[in-house]
Amino acid sequence: MSRAGVLIAVMLLAWPVPGVSAQPSTRPSVPVGKDLDALTAEVAAQLRCPVCRQLSVQDSPSDLAQEIKGVIRGRLAAGESPEEVKAYFVSKYGEWILLSPPKRGIALLVWALPILALGAGGVVLGVVLRGWLPGGRASRGERPDPASTAAP
Amino acid sequence: MNGSKWGSALAVLVVVSLLALLGFGLTRDADTLASPLVGGTAPDFELPKLDDDGMVSLSDLRGSPVVVNFWASWCLACIQEHPVLIDAWRTYRDQGVKMVGIVYQDTRENARRYLRERGGGWTQVTDPGTRVAIDFGVYGVPETFFIDPRGIITHKHIGPVTDEIMHREIGVLLAAARSPTGVEPAASSAGPPAGLTKAPSGGTS
Repeated sequence: MSRAGVLIAVMLLAWPVPGVSAQPSTRPSVPVGKDLDALTAEVAAQLRCPVCRQLSVQDSPSDLAQEIKGVIRGRLAAGESPEEVKAYFVSKYGEWILLSPPKRGIALLVWALPILALGAGGVVLGVVLRGWLPGGRASRGERPDPASTAAP
Repeated sequence: MNGSKWGSALAVLVVVSLLALLGFGLTRDADTLASPLVGGTAPDFELPKLDDDGMVSLSDLRGSPVVVNFWASWCLACIQEHPVLIDAWRTYRDQGVKMVGIVYQDTRENARRYLRERGGGWTQVTDPGTRVAIDFGVYGVPETFFIDPRGIITHKHIGPVTDEIMHREIGVLLAAARSPTGVEPAASSAGPPAGLTKAPSGGTS
């Protein structure tokens, strides 16, 4: 097997890695009868405090964060879903208000890059380890044939 | 070793791109982020007046250019911008511009004392529970919203406003008020600006 073949094989091995993230659904499913306080805290923990900015609404001691928690609670009590409550705040403050960037558009890069980097690192590691293996076909003595990779 | 050269170049490119992204992100301030409210209809409100028992609703001001300013007596930047607001009020009130001050997380007494000491004259309301401030996506005070006669937010300014910003943005509102598409075609034709004659609530203006 040529070096290019090994590379492709390792890439194929690494390929399912991004797909793995889609399988275990970590989407916060909200139990129907969940306590209103717990639900309020859950939503507040996902929103950025507009005053302190580095803290969530849940963790911030600021007056505005307390008022926002009141709004969250009121909207949940009125029957809105956590997603609808978050969408309300996004419509007022923009996606900046979400502590976790949304998994779409340009923000998807934030989620995808670490996985892609991990995959690329795996490929590099695989190629390097392959070269180190004593019985490896891509041993140091074997020179890659440029024609095999450049062939149309 | 052509491949490894390409690999190194790619790695450098990736690292430089990531660093550039990081730098871009770190140098951006939330204050400069565009508000999702600009370009849309301003959230309506009905709030108690600071000085008496009446209520003020934004929808009653529809047809006039409106400047909504969130402020508090404890806010130093508000003290800094107050002369600009007074100047704008004196300059534009006769041209139909309405100004509404919304007191943000403050006591009525402190807000009244602030206005007694520094002057005012435009409509002032309180915002119990900070609900309207949250509805306007306010981060802190002062923040100023410019709303055209159709009720559309044309500009949001975070921090103390300057004379330049006030003149420029109120100019935009007045232009919208004068343009035939800026104001919904009302029964009254070419007369004074709609805002001057429209007083459905009959309150003091």
